[in-house]
Formats: sequence, C-alpha cells, structure tokens
Amino acid sequence: MRWINRKPGRPLLVFLAALPFVLTLIAYMAGSAARLAENPRDKFMPAPTTLLERAGELISEPDRRKGYVLFWADTWASLDRLARGVAIAAALALAFGLLIGLFPTVKALFSSYVSAISLIPPLALAPILFIALGLGEVSKIALIVIGTAPVMIRDLAQRTIEIPQEQIVKAQTLGASSWQIMTRIALPQVMPRLIQAVRLGLGPAWLFLIAAETVSAEAGLGYRIFLVRRYAAMDVIIPYVIWITLLALLIDYALRQTSRLAYGWAEPEAQG
Amino acid sequence: MNAHATPTATLSTSVLTPAAQPVITVRNLTKSYGGNRILERVNLDIEEGAFISVVGASGCGKSTFLRMLLAQELPTSGQIMLDGAPIPHEPGPDRGVVFQRYSVFPHLTVRQNVMIATEFGASPIWSRLFGKAKRKLREEADATLERIGLAHMANAWPSALSGGMQQRLAIAQALAKRPRVLLLDEPFGALDPGTRVSMHQFLLELWRETGMTVFMVSHDLSEAFTLGTRVLVFDKPRWDPHDPTAYGATITYDFKLDDKKQEAIGELSFGPPEHQ
Repeated sequence: MRWINRKPGRPLLVFLAALPFVLTLIAYMAGSAARLAENPRDKFMPAPTTLLERAGELISEPDRRKGYVLFWADTWASLDRLARGVAIAAALALAFGLLIGLFPTVKALFSSYVSAISLIPPLALAPILFIALGLGEVSKIALIVIGTAPVMIRDLAQRTIEIPQEQIVKAQTLGASSWQIMTRIALPQVMPRLIQAVRLGLGPAWLFLIAAETVSAEAGLGYRIFLVRRYAAMDVIIPYVIWITLLALLIDYALRQTSRLAYGWAEPEAQG
Repeated sequence: MNAHATPTATLSTSVLTPAAQPVITVRNLTKSYGGNRILERVNLDIEEGAFISVVGASGCGKSTFLRMLLAQELPTSGQIMLDGAPIPHEPGPDRGVVFQRYSVFPHLTVRQNVMIATEFGASPIWSRLFGKAKRKLREEADATLERIGLAHMANAWPSALSGGMQQRLAIAQALAKRPRVLLLDEPFGALDPGTRVSMHQFLLELWRETGMTVFMVSHDLSEAFTLGTRVLVFDKPRWDPHDPTAYGATITYDFKLDDKKQEAIGELSFGPPEHQ
C-alpha cells in the first residue's frame, strides 16, 4: 500500500500526536538535568519541578510592593489590549471587506490602497505609532490593528466576491436594494469567514501585542517576560510562554465553537 | 398545487393561445466579447403565457441570451423590450430567475428563503418583519411550502435538501414577486432522470395554474419539446472556417407546438407520480 493511503488507527493517532510533545519534554528534562548536574545554580534550564513550584507561586502570591498578583494583572492587561485591537480590526475588516467586495466603486477606491498598506511591515511602523500616539494604550492597540486589519480586509473582500453571482442576481430579482443585499445576503454569509479570519489574525495579533509591550508598559505578559529577561529568570519566562500558548489555544477553541454553533448552515454535517 | 393531482379533463386554452401584446420583444440583438461574436441578428417576440424552451450546442450563446433578458449582461447592440418598454439595465422583480445551481440562499432556512422576497419589499432597512406582520408572512410561507411539498423541511438549511427539492424551493422563491416572465437557466441540468420527470410535472402544473410566461434554456432536447409550447434552436448559420469566432449564433429554428402540447401534458400527467 502506498504511504499516502495509510491512515493511522485511533491508538496510533493519539500516540503520534502526543509524540512530539513528549519528546520535547524529555529533551528539556535531559538538558536541564545535565546542566544542573554540572552547576546546581544554573538558571537557564530549571528543573520541571522547580518550574511547577515557581508557576504555583506566580499565580497565587501577591507582589510584595504592589500588593496584588502580578501574573493575573499581566494577563488581564494583555487580554484587554488584544481584545480591543482584534475587535477593531474585525469591525474594519467586516465593513471594508463587504464594501470592497460588493461595490465596484469602493473597490476601485480602496482595493489597491489596502493591498499596499498590507505590504508594510507593521513593526517598522511601531516607532511612528509610539511617537505619534504616545506610549500609552492607544499606540499598542493601534499596532495590533495596523498589523492585522489589512490582511483581514483583503480576506473578507475576497470572500464577499466569492459569493456566487447567481445569489446576488437572484436577490435583485426579488427586489432587494444594494443595502439589503449587503446586510441580508452578503453579511451573514461572510460572518463564518470573519471568525476564520480572526482565528488566523490572532497569531500576528499576539506578536504585535508582545512587541508593543516590550517597548513600554506597566503590565502585560510580554512586558513581564522582557523585564525579567535581565535576570535570566527562566523560571518566570517559561511559565509565561506556556500560559500565552494556552490562552491562544483557548481563544481559538472558543472561536471555533462559536462558528459551529452560530453558523450551522455553513457546516452541512451539523444539521439540527 | 399537488404533485399527485389527477389530470384535469379540459385544459384552459387561454394560457396556450398567444395574446396580442408580446411580453418580451427582441430586435436585432448582437452580443460580442471583444472580437468574439456570440450572437447576431436575434429577433424574437414572446407572447403572454408561452412556455419557451431554448436549445442549442454548448457555447451557442443561449445562456448569454438569457442573461441579457435578465440584464445581468447588456447587449452589444439591439433592443430588448418588456411590455413595450426597454428593459432596465439591471435585474429586477419583473423578471424572475432560477439558475442550475446556487439559486437559493444557503444561510436562510427553507421557510426564510420563501419569506425573504416579501421582507425585502416591506422593510427597506432591516429586511425583516416583526410581530403580527411576521406571523402572517410565516403562515403564507408555510402555505406555499405545503403546496410545493416542502412543509416538513421548513426549518432545514437548503444544504439538507435534495437537488430536486432545492430547485422546487428556488422556483417558489422566484415566483414570490409575481414576475412578468420566469427565466430558467438549465434548471434541471444537475438532477437525476427520475427527479427530472417529477420536476417537469411540478413546473407544468405551476405554469398552467398561474398562466405565467416561462423562458427556459435547456441542453436536453426531449425536455425542451416535452415542456415548451414553442422551441427555439440557437445555432450559427454562417461559419468561416478560417475564423470560427467571426459570426455569431441566431435563432435557426422556431417550432410552435401548441397542438402537440395537449398530448404531451396528457402523457406526463398520467405518468406515475414521483417524489424525490
């Protein structure tokens, strides 16, 4: 049998999926053990037990000077920025995507412009944003928006254009106006794509969030990581990185479920 | 309307006799894409209540012609008149349409697909009715679904419907605005033969009941002759072997089938009632 036709059974599937994770863990433990054997005060690769211990302290012990748990304050600050930035980007993507996709005039006006903007590396704009908008929250959110919105707009415009012309014509023969076609035919059909676009956009959004937090912040997951970097505090950095990964995973899962529940028509197998 | 209806003994002759004023008049129509001539010198009068079938080889321009009746595309030259006035340059509620695919809205339930035409008309901003008006519209929609045999699927998404059911829904939806003419672009092309036969019966009964004018493009000769009161054939009468795109197609045959129609309908109605 050809390898392209060999499909692993359920137990093998689970084993294969878990294998890279387990190997990474083993490699880390081996490396950590080797370094600690040579120098018990080594900070670069703390033992897994040390990491767990430190993680427990991080999430429960209030900071001595500030009086609250930094971990949760950092989490809240980062999620707040991320949510605001992504929400603004999604709203822009939906509005401009629909307008560009449906109206030839708007397409003529904005299509090349959005394409050009989306080619600018957003991090190159970061200094301009910090100079123009100051070092507060606005510039961080703006960086997330500029980093994610252009690609999302292009995606949504493309999805709108891909709505079969037959449907647009049919709606016109049923007496629909441009506005009605946009709001009742196109909008609901691109909503699942918007969720898809947000899921894809979250990766870059985290990148720009952390980049913005490293420049200037008083709290935030990215800020904390770059702050403790000075002391090579891997016992803080590693739990934070794992936490960011978990958060990203949870958000992605929540979006996927929302899409499945709210837009059943888009998934033929989920009839009900 | 009931797919199991026993055949009526007498046919109303009014729908089969051409009326004086044509619904659609086409004069000297041509269509080219660049130097590629698709249609030329097309002249046609479509009489009220006719069932016109159009056949022709693929690429003969029959679907292009339908899209021009719809004003989804505009002619290169010539005129199309609807009730004596030039047709608007965009699709509108005076010309209903059913395509082979993508004819119903996938994000609306079966019932919503029937309701939406009325909602477009009644609510310019929200395209939705509320309260009492909505309940009334729902009841009307359910009555329509009952007639077309889709009452049990009212809350399903169109993707759960069979091809034949989707096309029945598309036809019912297209008739909601009572168009002057119903345009069908190979509406049964993607259906299996059994479903096709029952769809023919469904369409004929609707046509007889409403007396509407139908213009159907088909690639199936027997379908065209079974359903139509008039069959048009599109073909290229002139052919330049050195430049095949130099000349376009036109109407080369125009069969009027009013006499045979009675027999054809009779045969169909006595056939076994089929459901898909």
